Amino acid sequence: MFPYYEFSNGCRAPPWRQIQGEICYVLVKPHDAETLCITCSKEGVFLNGGKTDDEEEINYERKGEIYKDLVTLLREKSAKFSENMSQQEGRFNEEQQKEKDQPNEAPEEEAAALRKASTASRRSALEKKQISLGRSQMTKRLEPSLNWKTTVDAEENKSSLRDTQEEKHGGRLEKSRPSASPGRAQLLRKSAEKIEEIISESSSESEEDEEPPDHLQEANADLPSEYWQIQKLVKYLKGGNQTATVIALCSMKDFNLAQETCQLAIRDVGGLEVLINLLETDEVKCKIGSLKILKEISHNPQIRRNIVDLGGLPVMVNILDSPHKSLKCLAAETIANVAKFRRAWRAVRRHGGITKLVALLDCRQPSAEPAQPGLHEARDGEVARCGALALWSCSKSCANKEAIRRAGGIPLLARLLKTSREDMLIPVVATLQECASEENYRAAIKAERIIENLVKNLSSENKQLQEHCAMAICQCAEDEETRDLVRLRGGLRPLASLLSNTDNKERLAAVTGAVWKCSISKENVTKFREYKAIEALVGLLTDQPEEVLVNAVGALGECCQEPEGRVTVRKRGGLQPLVDLLVGTNRALLVNVTKAVGACAVEPESMMIIDHLDGVRLLWSLLKNPHPDVKASAAWALCPCIQNAKDAGEMVRSFVGGLELVVNLLKSDNKEVLASVCAAITNIAKDQENLAVITDHGVVPLLSKLANTNNDKLRRHLAEAISRCCMWGRNRVAFGKHKAVAPLVRNLKSNDTSVHRATAQALYQLSEDADNCVTMHEKGAVKVLLTSSVVQSQLCQCGLGRNLSDVKVLLKGVFEHTKLPTCCITAGCK
Amino acid sequence: MNRKKLQKLTDSLTKNCKHFNKFEVKCLINLFYNLVGDVTERQGVVVGLDRNAFRNILHMTFGMTDDMIMDRVFRGFDKDNDGYITVSEWVYGLSVFLRGTLEEKMKYCFAVFDLNGDGFISKEEMFHMLKNSLLKQPSEEDPDEGIKDLVEITLRKMDHDHDGKLSFADYERAVREETLLLEAFGPCLPDPKVTALRAQGRDQHVMQELQPRTSWSGKWSDDSRSPTENSC
Repeated sequence: MFPYYEFSNGCRAPPWRQIQGEICYVLVKPHDAETLCITCSKEGVFLNGGKTDDEEEINYERKGEIYKDLVTLLREKSAKFSENMSQQEGRFNEEQQKEKDQPNEAPEEEAAALRKASTASRRSALEKKQISLGRSQMTKRLEPSLNWKTTVDAEENKSSLRDTQEEKHGGRLEKSRPSASPGRAQLLRKSAEKIEEIISESSSESEEDEEPPDHLQEANADLPSEYWQIQKLVKYLKGGNQTATVIALCSMKDFNLAQETCQLAIRDVGGLEVLINLLETDEVKCKIGSLKILKEISHNPQIRRNIVDLGGLPVMVNILDSPHKSLKCLAAETIANVAKFRRAWRAVRRHGGITKLVALLDCRQPSAEPAQPGLHEARDGEVARCGALALWSCSKSCANKEAIRRAGGIPLLARLLKTSREDMLIPVVATLQECASEENYRAAIKAERIIENLVKNLSSENKQLQEHCAMAICQCAEDEETRDLVRLRGGLRPLASLLSNTDNKERLAAVTGAVWKCSISKENVTKFREYKAIEALVGLLTDQPEEVLVNAVGALGECCQEPEGRVTVRKRGGLQPLVDLLVGTNRALLVNVTKAVGACAVEPESMMIIDHLDGVRLLWSLLKNPHPDVKASAAWALCPCIQNAKDAGEMVRSFVGGLELVVNLLKSDNKEVLASVCAAITNIAKDQENLAVITDHGVVPLLSKLANTNNDKLRRHLAEAISRCCMWGRNRVAFGKHKAVAPLVRNLKSNDTSVHRATAQALYQLSEDADNCVTMHEKGAVKVLLTSSVVQSQLCQCGLGRNLSDVKVLLKGVFEHTKLPTCCITAGCK
Repeated sequence: MNRKKLQKLTDSLTKNCKHFNKFEVKCLINLFYNLVGDVTERQGVVVGLDRNAFRNILHMTFGMTDDMIMDRVFRGFDKDNDGYITVSEWVYGLSVFLRGTLEEKMKYCFAVFDLNGDGFISKEEMFHMLKNSLLKQPSEEDPDEGIKDLVEITLRKMDHDHDGKLSFADYERAVREETLLLEAFGPCLPDPKVTALRAQGRDQHVMQELQPRTSWSGKWSDDSRSPTENSC
């Protein structure tokens, strides 16, 4: 194997030989023959002219027949090898059979093997001498041809893959969409990831968002004329002095570097190495020229990966220290383009790039530049802008967010936010928006009075800026104080007015997101009502992308917590589209829609409409949704529906299998689902007939089993459900039998008064049965109640809790007491 | 030279020079006389830097290495073409050389590159200037072939009117598109590295900038030769 650099396409042959289809060169010393110098190419393997006198070169001319693989060739050349191979044959066939059985695995292994070629082949050259060859390794290397087949497959699929990639990069929505042939694409992606793991040294951070590197370029494809021209220019870059290099760089810049052919051509002729190498010289002009090219071609995901592989990032990070502003700018811009995946983010961070980039933001530095700025110089503001661009790219990683904060980036970003330059504001706001996902950033954003400026820029003319501002507000508005700040700074009006502008979907999604988060505060809802935002939101319920729908419905869900909001939604005809959305599949959307429908159902008039639209049945069928949060949200929404529906019992019974479904949900292991289902059961059980049905479905043992929980929300709704279910037949006794009483008594120790109240109510119901009273007494219900919360002193005064009959009175007293704060216990006592 | 005369000279030069302030001009004048040596000014004898002395400065201070380009720079400074750079040529030349606007520098560089002064940079001139620009010749090729190709590439890039030579208009347009092409045929302005050093030490003394350049590092480390070794 020649010490050739391994190109990113896996080939080790020099570029001008790759064009001939050659992959790599192997030296083999068989036991009984001269050293063989072998070329491995697409066509097969053959002997070449051997090493020339010049140590590093070989004579590439073909000197023998082409064999289909290395083994055939070696068998032909070495009798000893042939003999030993026939011994291995038997086992080898087995292996092949196995590989045929798992056709999907094979290509992965082979691609991996090919990449390992350097060490493997050198080792195997030795091993072959002793014929103790690592057999598995051999088998993989036996069939280079198969690998080519997969490459062709990859080529076919590449277009579809690339489409999805472009979607990912073009649109801001990072969600991957199911591709047309998911199975196949997935398979490809999977194999690509496998290879990925091998080239990039094992990394702690996963790389799932990276693009698969392409395999060997189709050597037979017609190479465009650009390829040759670029190859020539790269030659000048390699062998020219500063002047020639600059000319070559300027000339290379004239190619359409946005075009993939040119980008890949530069890489394939070894241009990337040279360009990165140029960055390490101290020739400012060469560095500038090189960065100008790298900046353009790094828009290509594959090139980005190659740049990182070649160690380009540390070099660029170093350039950030340069006294030349234009160099700093270009380096930062290139980093902004390259740092789009984890390994790159990590590389920037590890080499101190974040600190340096943050330092670029500080444009108040004492100006030491000449009065007449140099030819290659840029303005300070430009430096800060490029720094912000790079930080924007890097801030997609959590560790980098933290690094930016620690480097003191937030105050600097806050200061830059005061400018009015849009091209500056966009990366600054976008960085803040990315970072605002972190709790301590939100605190800092509050402290630095950033919200004020975000609100101001909402009224900007620039759509992208508005979008990022709205996104940032959306992120920050998780915090109540921030929501108030947005209102106080007058941010709600621009948000509301942006709702009516529906052309730009990305921005609309961001704006509705901000409205949603802001509307969690009641005061904000009042304002939104004033600005007619609810009407606008209702208008957004149809013909919008899902991102917008999720947020808009979420906002309506919050607005409908108030009676005025519900009325507006009903009057504006929002119920129909809401109910229509219940049939969707988007999980986030379903959670929000169910919540909004539930909020509307609180109003009897709306409930009538929902019932009329068959909304209850749709909600009910969402209980079958695989996602627990959808189930829970649907169950919560059902509660007000059952409460407010006319003839609710009849309605519930009309859902075939509905009650059984609800009871079975009690087997879930999600606390939220359980709590919501308990709440639904409480409502269902108000109808005697339904209570009878769910009792038949075994609600009592299921509820009893849940009593051992420590989740206060579940405890409360469970207790309520139990006390409702006690109203039927011998359920009280059944609860006792299923050991529900003792844990319920324990629940009285909870710190939540609503749990106390509900539990006391349940115990009161259960205490109708004497056996339960005994249990309660044994488990020290009296004692617990005595020590629990407010009632303690009064109880002591009354001298209660000494005998069995007191338990009932006591419970009744507690129940009454917690319901009516005025002391009724004395009454119970008498 | 007496104080009064120096004062007068400084004033007049400052007036004609927009890139240096009075203090800087004074320093440059002092430096000039230091470099020239203590020659008393007499009628009819030109006081000035000759070609070799000037080339030495270019090499030592600004890191220029190309003999031919240095020669051309000398001609660029020596406006009256008498073989000596006088004090006013010195100050004026340096003002473009160090602080010139893009326009001034373009004019200056074009003049440097236009070897025969006919207003065009011809293919031959380019070839002449670029002939040493490729260090490693591919052995099998005609060594001039690469240079010829490079000239063709340059023409394709810069010759907008396709007449096979560069007029000032061609050159200006190309440079405005890409400033890197200002010194397309060889470094004839101070190296930006040196400029950066100067920018840092600027307030102390204007001539601190004129420090010897550190040796070439990186790609072209073997490229530097002392100009004094080669006669012109």
